[in-house]
Amino acid sequence: MSILVDQKTRLLVQGITGREGSFHTEQCRAYGTKVVAGVTPGKGGTLHQGVPVFNTVEEAVRQEGANASMVFVPPQFCADAIMESVDANIDLIVCITEGIPVMDMVRVAHFMDGRRTRLIGPNCPGIISPGKCKIGIMPGHIHKEGRVGCVSRSGTLTYEAVGQLTSRGIGQTTCIGIGGDPIIGTSFIDALKLFNRDPDTDAVVLIGEIGGSAEEEAAAYIKRFFKKPVVGFIAGQTAPPGRRMGHAGAIISQGSGTAQEKMEKMKKAGIRVVASPAEIGDAVMEVLAK
Amino acid sequence: MKIHEYQAKQILSRFGVKVPRGQVAKTVEHAVEVARELGGTVVIKAQIHAGGRGKGGGVKVARDLEQAEEHASQILGMNLVTPQTGPEGKRVNQALVEEGLNIEKEFYLGIVIDRGSGLPVFMASREGGMEIEEVARKNPKLILKEFINPFLGLQGFQARRLCFGLELDSPIVNKAVPFMTSLYRAFEASDASLAEINPLVLTREGEIYALDAKMNIDDNALYRHGDVREMRDLDEEDPLEVEASRYGLNYIKLNGNVGCMVNGAGLAMATMDIIKLAGGNPANFLDVGGGANVDQVRNAFKILMSDASVRAVLINIFGGIMRCDVVAEGVVQAAREIGVQLPVVVRLEGTNVEKGREILNHSGLNFQVAMGMADAAKKVVQLAGA
Repeated sequence: MSILVDQKTRLLVQGITGREGSFHTEQCRAYGTKVVAGVTPGKGGTLHQGVPVFNTVEEAVRQEGANASMVFVPPQFCADAIMESVDANIDLIVCITEGIPVMDMVRVAHFMDGRRTRLIGPNCPGIISPGKCKIGIMPGHIHKEGRVGCVSRSGTLTYEAVGQLTSRGIGQTTCIGIGGDPIIGTSFIDALKLFNRDPDTDAVVLIGEIGGSAEEEAAAYIKRFFKKPVVGFIAGQTAPPGRRMGHAGAIISQGSGTAQEKMEKMKKAGIRVVASPAEIGDAVMEVLAK
Repeated sequence: MKIHEYQAKQILSRFGVKVPRGQVAKTVEHAVEVARELGGTVVIKAQIHAGGRGKGGGVKVARDLEQAEEHASQILGMNLVTPQTGPEGKRVNQALVEEGLNIEKEFYLGIVIDRGSGLPVFMASREGGMEIEEVARKNPKLILKEFINPFLGLQGFQARRLCFGLELDSPIVNKAVPFMTSLYRAFEASDASLAEINPLVLTREGEIYALDAKMNIDDNALYRHGDVREMRDLDEEDPLEVEASRYGLNYIKLNGNVGCMVNGAGLAMATMDIIKLAGGNPANFLDVGGGANVDQVRNAFKILMSDASVRAVLINIFGGIMRCDVVAEGVVQAAREIGVQLPVVVRLEGTNVEKGREILNHSGLNFQVAMGMADAAKKVVQLAGA
């Protein structure tokens, strides 16, 4: 099994005709993802890479039965694009776009309150269930089907961790990049709850970074309810306070959100925390052997 | 993006937030001129992007024009060291000259986006003039909070609840409520990530003013605020960081001697961390972007070479969809063009990694190819130390 995405996922791509959207649609299809529709307002009725393009999400859902959306719309128009998919009652939205104004995401989050749709991202690499479905920009081939879940605020650092797992013969159920922005859809805890219920996930890798308190909250949840071993890493142990480290959400503000306090809380929650990003793979081997 | 106090006050007053009369000056003559126009007691305040200015002698009260000239000449051009500037301090190029007020009491008002709830939160406290983080640590109950519906904005009842919580008298409440609503409107309309009035003052005449003001603007929203974009003060930023931002590179200068070039922010932070674990010190954070193409690598080399403290460079690229042989060719080409003399350790991972390593090994350049992050860190720290 896997969480959130699998062979039943019918994907639509918002912004399919753009450069990035087009390239990654191709990559996702090559991996085996069922891309059933694209949406680009004004280009409805055309075909792109053989995929039917619609003017609205609602139409794409009605005609092609899309149940997930991958968003590549530029940041200025992205909040609107996400809300369109929420309005069409899509189950899952994966927003790759980086650079959406925070206030736009505040409004999107509020708009989504009480709706059935789940959002992953924005500013994330996406989600992959190896061998089944890939929605996002991650390189598919570094993954391998297996029994470890990954959840991370980062992109390439997640690839690094996954690469370490795969090279040790450890496969993954599902890997989720939740995104590097301050306001995101799916949180660590949301992902952990799903992994907790998934009988095929034996252990989880959690990769956090400085800023906010999502890792502390995840640690508190893990301590109380999580039944599986967790390996954790926090990026930014050497980051200076008050500076935004690439990701909009990666900032130590007013002395809070440091890597040290996150690592401390995670250790106390029984998470196997590694100080070096090179030790993630070995640590997973260890916890699985126990 | 950070802006100066005087700029924040310009924005706020446009939305009806009451601020003291005043003007910014770059020369002593202009400062005295402003003081003359204002008449009476004035306050001269250094304009730098750091707090704690009063503690470092950057804020001074002048009772007459002679004192105004004296203080302005001390402040303008001074190297101001505050708890937030670091020991090196910051040069003061501008000063805000404002009317002096008869202060009865000081309060705190602030708005930020609360990450947990995903909502703007309006904070108020009777502990004005103090560092709010200090108050939050010692006695969080003294900070009143109202969470704001992003579609409706700050409602009257919420502002009143804050005012009565601050124990303001009724006539003052009638002035404070529109003050707070205006402050929220300014915050929202400017896409601020922080708006802070500390202190908010109540004068003996029963008026309220934003005596100080701090606003940070969301970088991602600057595209829709041309006027705010022009408020950027390059003198307040590290020159190398300014240059890097022109290339669209995410670069932050640090104090070590190991230059880093990495694709992706998380991996870039993790690379800094592993350098430290290997006993070295990173000279910078640098994210060349997920794709790491030739242009970006070339620009990144330029930036790293301009930092005189860099002794060795670590390139850590996780190829991903971008193939390693393409990345390697780009690195070699960029290094040749720039004429890189420093020792460079390259760690590549991802598609076609073998081919990539081969290209680096046969480039004839001063490259060391590493296997894995730990090996890369060990190698580069050794080279930087030698």
